[in-house]
Amino acid sequence: MEGRIHSVETSGMVDGPGIRYVIFTQGCLLRCQYCHNPDSWDRDGGEMRSVSSLVEDIKKYLPYMKHSNGGVTVSGGEPLLQLDFLIELFKECKKIGIHTTIDSSGGCYSTGADFQIKFKELLTYTDLFLVDVKHIDDSKHRKLTGVSNKHILEFAKKLSEEKVPVWIRHVLVPGVSDNEEDLANLSSFISTLSNVNKVEVLPYHKMGVYKWKELGLTYPLEGVESPTEQEVNRAKTLLNAK
Amino acid sequence: MGKTMEKVSHPAWMNFNSGHWEKNIDVRDFIQKNYTLYTGDESFLEDATEATDQLWEQVMQLTKEERENGGVYDLDTEIVSTITSHKAGYLNQSTEKIVGVQTDVPFKRSMQPYGGIRMAKAALESYGYELNEEVERIFTDYRKTHNQGVFDAYTPEMKLARKVGIITGLPDAYGRGRIIGDYRRVALYGVNFLIEGKKEELNSLSGKMSEEVIRLREEIAEQIRALAELKQLGSIYGFDISEPAKNATEAFQWLYFGYLAAIKEQNGAAMSLGRVSTFLDIYIERDLANGTLSEQSVQELVDHFIMKLRLVKFARTPDYNDLFSGDPTWVTESIGGVGVDGRPLVTKSSFRFLHTLKNLGPAPEPNLTVLWSPSLPEPFKHYCAKMSIDTSSVQYENDEIMRPEYGDDYGIACCVSAMEIGKQMQFFGARANIAKALLYAINGGVDEKMKIDVVPGIEPITSEYLDYDEVKKNYDVVLDWLADLYINTLNIIHFMHDKYSYERIEMALHDKEIRRTMATGIAGLSVAADSLSAMKHAKVKVIRDEDGLAVDYEIEGDYPQYGNDDDLVDDIAKDLVIKFSKMLKKHETYRNAETTMSILTITSNVVYGKKTGNTPDGRKDGEPFAPGANPLHGRDKKGALASLNSVAKMPYEHSLDGISNTFSIVPKALGKEEDVQKANLSAILDGYSEKQGHHLNINVFNRSTLLDAMEHPEEYPQLTIRVSGYAVNFIKLTREQQIDVINRTFHESM
Repeated sequence: MEGRIHSVETSGMVDGPGIRYVIFTQGCLLRCQYCHNPDSWDRDGGEMRSVSSLVEDIKKYLPYMKHSNGGVTVSGGEPLLQLDFLIELFKECKKIGIHTTIDSSGGCYSTGADFQIKFKELLTYTDLFLVDVKHIDDSKHRKLTGVSNKHILEFAKKLSEEKVPVWIRHVLVPGVSDNEEDLANLSSFISTLSNVNKVEVLPYHKMGVYKWKELGLTYPLEGVESPTEQEVNRAKTLLNAK
Repeated sequence: MGKTMEKVSHPAWMNFNSGHWEKNIDVRDFIQKNYTLYTGDESFLEDATEATDQLWEQVMQLTKEERENGGVYDLDTEIVSTITSHKAGYLNQSTEKIVGVQTDVPFKRSMQPYGGIRMAKAALESYGYELNEEVERIFTDYRKTHNQGVFDAYTPEMKLARKVGIITGLPDAYGRGRIIGDYRRVALYGVNFLIEGKKEELNSLSGKMSEEVIRLREEIAEQIRALAELKQLGSIYGFDISEPAKNATEAFQWLYFGYLAAIKEQNGAAMSLGRVSTFLDIYIERDLANGTLSEQSVQELVDHFIMKLRLVKFARTPDYNDLFSGDPTWVTESIGGVGVDGRPLVTKSSFRFLHTLKNLGPAPEPNLTVLWSPSLPEPFKHYCAKMSIDTSSVQYENDEIMRPEYGDDYGIACCVSAMEIGKQMQFFGARANIAKALLYAINGGVDEKMKIDVVPGIEPITSEYLDYDEVKKNYDVVLDWLADLYINTLNIIHFMHDKYSYERIEMALHDKEIRRTMATGIAGLSVAADSLSAMKHAKVKVIRDEDGLAVDYEIEGDYPQYGNDDDLVDDIAKDLVIKFSKMLKKHETYRNAETTMSILTITSNVVYGKKTGNTPDGRKDGEPFAPGANPLHGRDKKGALASLNSVAKMPYEHSLDGISNTFSIVPKALGKEEDVQKANLSAILDGYSEKQGHHLNINVFNRSTLLDAMEHPEEYPQLTIRVSGYAVNFIKLTREQQIDVINRTFHESM
C-alpha cells in the first residue's frame, strides 16, 4: 500500500502530544487563503511512499516518542483523501504501540457509505484527531477556503458521537477569523461536542508566503499581519482555550 | 591510589561516613559514602543576595570597560605568573565570600611565557602592551620555552603540514590544557596530607634509574614543590589550607585555591574544573543540618564561587582567537550523572550550580555540562531543560555511554573529553583536516590552495568524472600518511610540553599511575562524507585549472547527504571515523598514551573552511565546515531528530575523546506551552541518549535575536550561545563567526 506524500518532519512538537513524526500527505480540496503548504494542494504531486518504508523510518524515532509520549501525526494536505493508506499505516503503527493522530480539516468528509465504512475502520486505529475549524460562519468559510463548512461540522459531530478524542484548532487571522461573535459561535459549537480534550488557537503566521510566490500564485492575505499576543489571548478566552 | 597512610580520623571529618577515603586519597569513595540524592524540584532555590547583585554589577562594569578597551582590561607586562607571584586581589574584600584572582587585580591578565615567549609577547603587543625587556631576555637567552623546543624538533614535513593547514590548532605555541586537577582533594585532605602522599610516591621510585623513572621522580619533586606553593597562596589570602576544610565555606575556598594555583601557572587552552558540585554538597548538607548555613547563604556561596570562575582570563594572540573565538577558558564543570550502583549523583547543589545562570544571568563560563541519563530524576531533567530554554548556556553529554568507559567519577575536560578525575590526563592534539585530505587524494598530494606538493608517492586522479573506488583508494593512502605524521607531531609536542611547561600543580592533584590518552581529532567529517556520497550516488565532474589541478566540481544529480538519517551516506561517515581512528592507533605514542579521537572543531571550523578549496560535495572554497560532527548547514532536511540520529551513528568506541553536536531550535518549535517545551526538550535528550549520541549543545532562540545582537552588541552583554563544545558570549565572536552561527540550521518546524 502506498500513499501520496508531500514530506515528513521527524520532530514535530506542535501537532499533537509529545514529539511526533509528522507525515504531510499530498492533495487537498480546500484553498485556504492563509495556507502555509499550498504546495501540498495538487492531488497529483508529491511522492508515492509505501507504508512499510514509512514504518521503517518511523521506528528510528521510537526512543524520542517513548520519552515524550509522542507518536505519529498525519497532516497535509488532507489526509482523509487517502483513507486506505491511513488504515494500513495506522494498523502498522498500533502493532508497535505508537500513538496515532490525524490532523484534518475534514474537508472531504462524506456521509456516503463508501467513505463511512473506511472511516469507521480508521477510527479503530486512531487515538486522536486534530480538527481544524477554519470558520464557524458558512459564508465566511466559503470565502476563506473556497468550500462550505457543512461537511466539516458534520465531521466534528461524527467524531463526538463516536467518542474519539479531538483537539479543536482555530487559526486566528486578524480581520478574517477573529470576529468576536464568530468566536462566540464557534465556542458554542464546541460546547455541543462531548469529546474535546483541548482547544488550540493557532496565531496566523507568514512563514508559508514564499511558497505561494514560488508557485506563481497571488497571496490573498497580502498585508495582513500576525495577531498580537493580546489578540491571541482574547481569542483564547472566548474559546476557553488553553 | 594504592598506598595507605595511617592517620586518625580528622576533626574536620566529623559526622561524615567512614570509608576507604579516610586513609587513602579516594574522593570518589567519600562522595559515594556521603552524598544525599535529591529527587525534588527547584522550588527550594533562593534568589541572589544583595551582596551578590552588587558584586555582579561590578563584574559587568569591568566587562564593559574591557570591551570598550578592545577586549582586554589590563595585562601584566612585568611579573611572570606563578602560584605565588602576586599579592592578594579582590573585587570587594568585605562582601565576597570566595576570594582569589589570577593577578593582583580582577580582569588583569597574567603573563605566562613558559609555553612560548614569542606568543606571550605577541599577545601583549596585539593589545598595545610591551613586554618587560628583562623578562624577554631571560626567556630568550637563558630559559627555553615549550614553543622553541617543539620547533627545534619538528621535521620539515611537520612544518609543511602545519603551514598548509592539513593539521591545525596544534598546542605547539600555547598551553595544551585539558588536564583536570582533582581540586576536591585540597578541601577534603588539606595540603599537608597531599604532600605526605607525594613524598611517599617519590620514595617508592627507587632502583634502576630508567628515563621513565627519572622523569617521574623529577615530576613528583616538582609536584611537592607546587603543593608547598599552594599553601603559600592560601596564606597570601590569609588562609591556612594545610589541614582539611572544616565547613562548606572553607571547602569552596580550599578547592578554589587549588584551581586558582593551576590557572596562575598554566594558560592551557582548556582549564576545566572537574566534578565538584555533588562533592561540595556533602559539606553544605552538614552545615545546613547543624544550622551554620541557611539556603540563602548556601546559594550566595555558590554564586560567589561561580562568579570567580567567570573571571578566569588568559592573554591570547589574535591567531589563537581565530581558532577558539570569544575568549574561552573551558572551566568545565560536570553536573549530574548516575553512579555505577544506579543512584543518580544529583544533589540540591546540582540545581544550585545551574541556578547561577538565573542569579548571575547567562554566561559561557563555567562551561556547565550535564551528564545526562534517562534515569536522572525527572524534576532535575525538566529543570535542566528549562535552563537551556531560558539561557542556552548548558551542554549535555551522555552518561550512559561514558560511565562504562570511565566509571562514575569522571569529568569533562574542555568540551567533550571525558577523563577519570585525578587518575587520567590527556595529551591534547587539536585536529586533522580530513576534507582537505580528500582533496589531496584527488590531486595526488598537491595542496589545492598553495599548489605545493605535500603528500609524497600518490598519483593524481585524471578522469573527467570522479570514480568513487579510485578516489577512495588514494584517500586511504593519504589518510595513512596523515595518521603517521599527525601522531609523530603530537609526540614531539607533548615531549616538549612535559619538559618545558609541566603542569606541576594539576599533576600534584593526580595519582602517581596515570592513564594517558593521545587525544587526536578530525575536522570536516560531513564535508568528506558528503563528497564521497556525491561520487558514489551522483556524478561528480572535475574542473581543472591550466596546471591540471582539480579546482572545482560539478555535481550531476542528487545524492544522499549526511544529516537525514540515511544509511547510504551515514555509513560512509561512520566508516571514515572507524578507519582513521584505527590508522591513528597503529602508531607508537609518547609515554605509551592510548590514542583516542574526537570529532570536534570548536570554532575552528571557520578557519579550516578558509584553508580548504572547493570540495566535491558542492561546498565552495573558503566556506566554513560544519562544526564538530554536525551535518553541513542546510543539508539536514528531515528535521531535527533525523539530524540527531545521523550524528548518533558515529561510533563512540572509535571516537572516545568525544563527538560534538550543536543543535539550535526556535522556542516555539519545542511546543506551545512552557511545560510542554521542557518535557519535549528533556525527551529529545533521553532519545538521543538511547540512540547512543554523545554530546549535545542546545541553543533555544530565534535567529532574529542573533541578528539584532550583531547590530546592537551593547544591548546583549550576556547573550550566550553554544558552539561546538563550548558556550560563548555571542558578541565576542568575530563577525565571520557570527555569520557562520546565524547560517546554521535552526530547527523551526511549527
